[in-house]
Amino acid sequence: MHLYNLTLQHPTAIVQAIVGNFSGARQQEIIISHGTRLELLRPDPQTGKVATVIATDVFGSIRSLAAFRLTGGTKDYAIVGSDSGRIVILDYDPKTSSFVKLHQETYGKSGARRIVPGQYLATDPKGRSVMISSMEKSKLVYILNRDAAANLTISSPLEAHKNSAIIHHIVGVDVGFENPMFAALEVDYSESDQDPTGEAFKNAEKMLTYYELDLGLNHVVRKWSEPTDPRANLLVQVPGGQLASSDRFDGPSGVLVCCENHIIYRHMDAPQHRIPIPRRSNPLEDPNRGIIITAAVMHKMKGAFFFLLQSEDGDLFKVTIDHEDEEVKAVKIKYFDTVPVASSLCILKSGFLFVASEFGNQYLYQFQKLGDDDDEPEFSSTSNPSFGMADPSTPLPRAYFRPRPLDNLAVADEIESLDPILDSKVMNLLPNSDTPQIFAACGRGARSTLRTLRHGLEVEESVSSDLPGIPNAVWTTKKKEDDEYDSYIILSFVNGTLVLSIGETIEEVQDTGFLSSAPTLAVQQIGADALLQVHPQGIRHVLSDRRVNEWRVPQGKTIVTATTNKRQVVVALSSAELVYFELDLDGQLNEYQDRKAMGSTVLALSIGEVPDGRQRTPYLAVGCEDQTVRIISLDPDSTLETISLQALTAPPSSICIADMLDASINKSQPTMFVNIGLQNGVLLRTVLDPINGQLTDTRTRFLGTRPIRLVRVRIQKNPAILALSSRSWLNYTHQNLMHFTPIIFDNLDYAWSFSAELSPEGLIGISGSVLRIFQIPKLGMKLKQDSIPLSYTPRKFITHPTNQFFYLIEGDHRVLGDAAVASKLAKLREEGRKIDEEVINLPPEVFGRPRAPAGSWGSCIRIIDPIKAKTVNVLHLEENESAFSLAIVPFSARGGDLHLVVGTAVDTTLSPRSCTTGYLRTYKFNEDGTDLELLHKTETDDVPLSVMAFQGRLVAGVGKALRIYDIGKKKLLRKVENKSFGSAIVSLNTQGSRILVGDMQESITFAVYKAPENRLLIFADDYQPRWVSATAMVDYNTVVAGDRFGNIFVNRLDAKVSEQVDDDPTGAGILHEKGILMGAPHKTSMIAHFHVGDLVTSIHKVSLVAGGREVLLYTGIHGTIGVLVPFVSKEDVDFISTLEQHMRTEQSSLVGRDQLSWRGYYVPVKAVIDGDLCETFARLPASKQSAIAGELDRTVGEVLKKLEQLRVTASGF
Amino acid sequence: MSSELRYTANTQLEHLHARYTGTGHADLTKYEWLTHQHRDTLASIVGHPTLTSYLAIADGEAIGRTKFEMTERMLQPCGPPPKKDED
Repeated sequence: MHLYNLTLQHPTAIVQAIVGNFSGARQQEIIISHGTRLELLRPDPQTGKVATVIATDVFGSIRSLAAFRLTGGTKDYAIVGSDSGRIVILDYDPKTSSFVKLHQETYGKSGARRIVPGQYLATDPKGRSVMISSMEKSKLVYILNRDAAANLTISSPLEAHKNSAIIHHIVGVDVGFENPMFAALEVDYSESDQDPTGEAFKNAEKMLTYYELDLGLNHVVRKWSEPTDPRANLLVQVPGGQLASSDRFDGPSGVLVCCENHIIYRHMDAPQHRIPIPRRSNPLEDPNRGIIITAAVMHKMKGAFFFLLQSEDGDLFKVTIDHEDEEVKAVKIKYFDTVPVASSLCILKSGFLFVASEFGNQYLYQFQKLGDDDDEPEFSSTSNPSFGMADPSTPLPRAYFRPRPLDNLAVADEIESLDPILDSKVMNLLPNSDTPQIFAACGRGARSTLRTLRHGLEVEESVSSDLPGIPNAVWTTKKKEDDEYDSYIILSFVNGTLVLSIGETIEEVQDTGFLSSAPTLAVQQIGADALLQVHPQGIRHVLSDRRVNEWRVPQGKTIVTATTNKRQVVVALSSAELVYFELDLDGQLNEYQDRKAMGSTVLALSIGEVPDGRQRTPYLAVGCEDQTVRIISLDPDSTLETISLQALTAPPSSICIADMLDASINKSQPTMFVNIGLQNGVLLRTVLDPINGQLTDTRTRFLGTRPIRLVRVRIQKNPAILALSSRSWLNYTHQNLMHFTPIIFDNLDYAWSFSAELSPEGLIGISGSVLRIFQIPKLGMKLKQDSIPLSYTPRKFITHPTNQFFYLIEGDHRVLGDAAVASKLAKLREEGRKIDEEVINLPPEVFGRPRAPAGSWGSCIRIIDPIKAKTVNVLHLEENESAFSLAIVPFSARGGDLHLVVGTAVDTTLSPRSCTTGYLRTYKFNEDGTDLELLHKTETDDVPLSVMAFQGRLVAGVGKALRIYDIGKKKLLRKVENKSFGSAIVSLNTQGSRILVGDMQESITFAVYKAPENRLLIFADDYQPRWVSATAMVDYNTVVAGDRFGNIFVNRLDAKVSEQVDDDPTGAGILHEKGILMGAPHKTSMIAHFHVGDLVTSIHKVSLVAGGREVLLYTGIHGTIGVLVPFVSKEDVDFISTLEQHMRTEQSSLVGRDQLSWRGYYVPVKAVIDGDLCETFARLPASKQSAIAGELDRTVGEVLKKLEQLRVTASGF
Repeated sequence: MSSELRYTANTQLEHLHARYTGTGHADLTKYEWLTHQHRDTLASIVGHPTLTSYLAIADGEAIGRTKFEMTERMLQPCGPPPKKDED
């Protein structure tokens, strides 16, 4: 078995974000790291929308990012710390729109290791040096400079190691143009490692250490080291240094040390200032819980600066420092606003705040004000003795604020993010859909959602209006060549034409010169200011002064089809003749003297747009009833001569020639594509050679069941093609590559571009008798998302076999559930405490639920109707009970009636895993499944992490024990048990009497239930320990699973063993077999292995295209959706794996990680080909492409076609 | 082991231990080994974004808090060292 790994949806979680002028232009950009992918975002200051400029896989894990700018430069560079053991400096090249690796310096082993730097990065604010540090001991300093040719240079590293020091954070200290300085937060463990009394551990000091890079001596010295708060976690740079032009200081320099519950300002030889982190004045707040700052950003404006610090609850605090030159007078903090908890905050000079939220959608906020003069209480370091440092070990008096909705910020844009996907199902539930949807349980806490993902582009409809009849076609046209917007909408009906004018309103007009008594075949704005209408009886050329020149069809013939552009018109007559017209320089339409007889009825015609600066387009494509497409010359030397011919498998229904950019074929110029839609719903896309007119590189695709209609439109100023069949598709260029994506919209019968003031980039279409105007807002987003909000983090969900509902369990640790909140409030009210209703009723999806100590849970069972996209019912679990697993079981003891069994536990603690009691709750479905009735609760001794229906009974993994239960009157009745599993059973799969048990740490075990003897026996397991996170059965003997470290692997049991076990009626044979390696008597063999780089949360064996092959679809915690596609032939495997080998050498990773060692992070890659790497073939320079294709004995087109075919046939994407 | 290595091995080993924290040796105690293992694991968790997300979701904490607590635990992951025998 060989598999092809293809990512359909790249990870959307943002691990880190940095801001800078990366393209060197005035505009600021944001570079975000998705963990394994780098993306450049460009927020538009006018519209406040964020657009992706470029996104690239790095085939490595990005651990840290930093931006820096050389002194006096105008362009920022990005430094990347990764698991490659190398420091990489990236430059964004706006010309080629790609990241260019400027420097790559190796310093250590690959992998995210304890003492190999890469975890933290700190740059000198003047861009003179960078420090890269590991979690422990190692710190390296590189000096950055320019050479004579103004190129960036990097020195060899200088060491600033400190043995047995754990590093919490590092930051560059702003010292102006003095020697660069770095601050580090370190703890030394050597003493606590030696002291058995634990005294040294208790007194271990966290040191704030300054490292100075002496540029003269080329040496790093430990300049200053002082103990600070033992619970410090984060350092923030404070501006400092003198301006060259004046004596004024930018700031006092130094760092803010963010600790639990307070923030300390510190600098060498300067008094400390301590301020509290304000707490929410919420009566439900847990007073014992500390608060830390998890994200921070400093912003410098002209002559001032401020900090925004975010607490782990999402509250933003504005911190300001009053200073006189270098002397700090006061440090002040006040509440600013509450936004989602961020992994990074970025402030843009244009007045935006980018919040890269750690889970869920990302936001761009616009600053409305800076919170300068509101009545929010401000807390200053001066209000406590010695600036709050009188006794550093005692906490400061608590400061409180009232959380409130956004005041200083306003949402400008929201970027959808699937992260984290915790469970998913793939099925086709929606009506009128021929491909399955992915249902993903996403998000964390109160911001969780259940999302329906459909492959296709999202459509925004602006107008939908009913028409008197059913039109055949619609066009829009401008009046003059240089008009910005369209003026008329022309609708063609069976017996007439309706013209609408576009103005403030859309209304019918009569005096346009168009013939209204006949249907229309084509409409064109021709020449400088004339209009053209083709109808079955002739061609009307409407001049700007409303004079009409009409060409009439010879007696007894009609026009059947026509094609036009700005200067040329071709019509096909019912006598299978072509008539060609061309506009002369006086604006007269002249007929070419000869007519071309085609010999077969013409069904479709197309000419491309007139190329810039040319008189005409030289090629005409003609589709005839005899199942051919001919390319005919329109060149003056060889007018109407046939150049080439392509045979088809069905009569064509529509042809469209369009010049579109596809960088995989030609990087600099648009390619001329001839798209041929057939009557059987197949689309052929061929490339027309501009020199000899031959058709090459044909690609086919099935679009739908209806004959295809093709329309050339403009999307975001680029040509695109709408292909209409039983589904509508859009063929467009995005980030220089061609995409072909369905549009999620009603079926369209005809469509055209539509440009008016209100919708400059719109489309107009007819579906039945309804006229619709719409636009496609987000190109490149291939999955349309529809969300249903949830209350807590979703854990698992299942589908009901007969009704369409989803049953979903949610649970959150360390929060108060709704019931607990109500009872606590009631108690407080009883005590006579005044309760601030406004604070209590703040929406939890923004502010989160009240926090509680470890061991507190909020949980519910939810019934969802995925078709209507709404929650049907919610059952809250009370008394600190939380749900962990669920299954629908047809108990044979109840005649196969379906029951819902939910595995729950009370007072669960995670580490070590324990609970006061577990329960298996058995529910009956009532009212068609919209309600659940609790039948009984069965106690268990551990958390039931997995349950499953098995032969009319229930099988449950309760801690280490696998048990089979049958239903009883008051309880589930335990029938049989096997307790010999490694740590905890997290997944169950079954076929026949076989049960596949996924253990939390010990991989997958094969067990069998022998009914005659009522035995549950283990007969095979894995050689390797695996931290299983998701499993699925591929077939009776094969299982695919993902583990916690981002691997996906396939294990297979030997068919002979399988048979032998099945043939043993009582299991006595297995019982007495000798175990191997202290485990089961048989071992499975690993037949495929791959590191996908994201923690796999669910795997399904599904077919994604109607009638297509089954693939393995997986989802990852960072929002990845990928597929593993089995290869069908040995030739394909050889071909693609050779291509992969070439790609490995050609396409070096942006972070300097070796692709092969990345994909074999923990175990060498086995029998899986990296499709994501192969697909970057399309982005290679043409010379490299042809070199690789030559090595493979193929043309570049053939390689690209093969890659596309693999993607399309497997996933339809 | 070649004769050349036999003479240089000791000095090299010392050098290795100084350079690569966490390298084991013949006299490693169980406690030291375990502490190294835990520190390596904790550092690896903090270094892998997917693992920190996973733990943060399970524990109901912010990622920043999870990373902080993991780093704090590196100081003494397995409790105080056992008392040394007197001899």
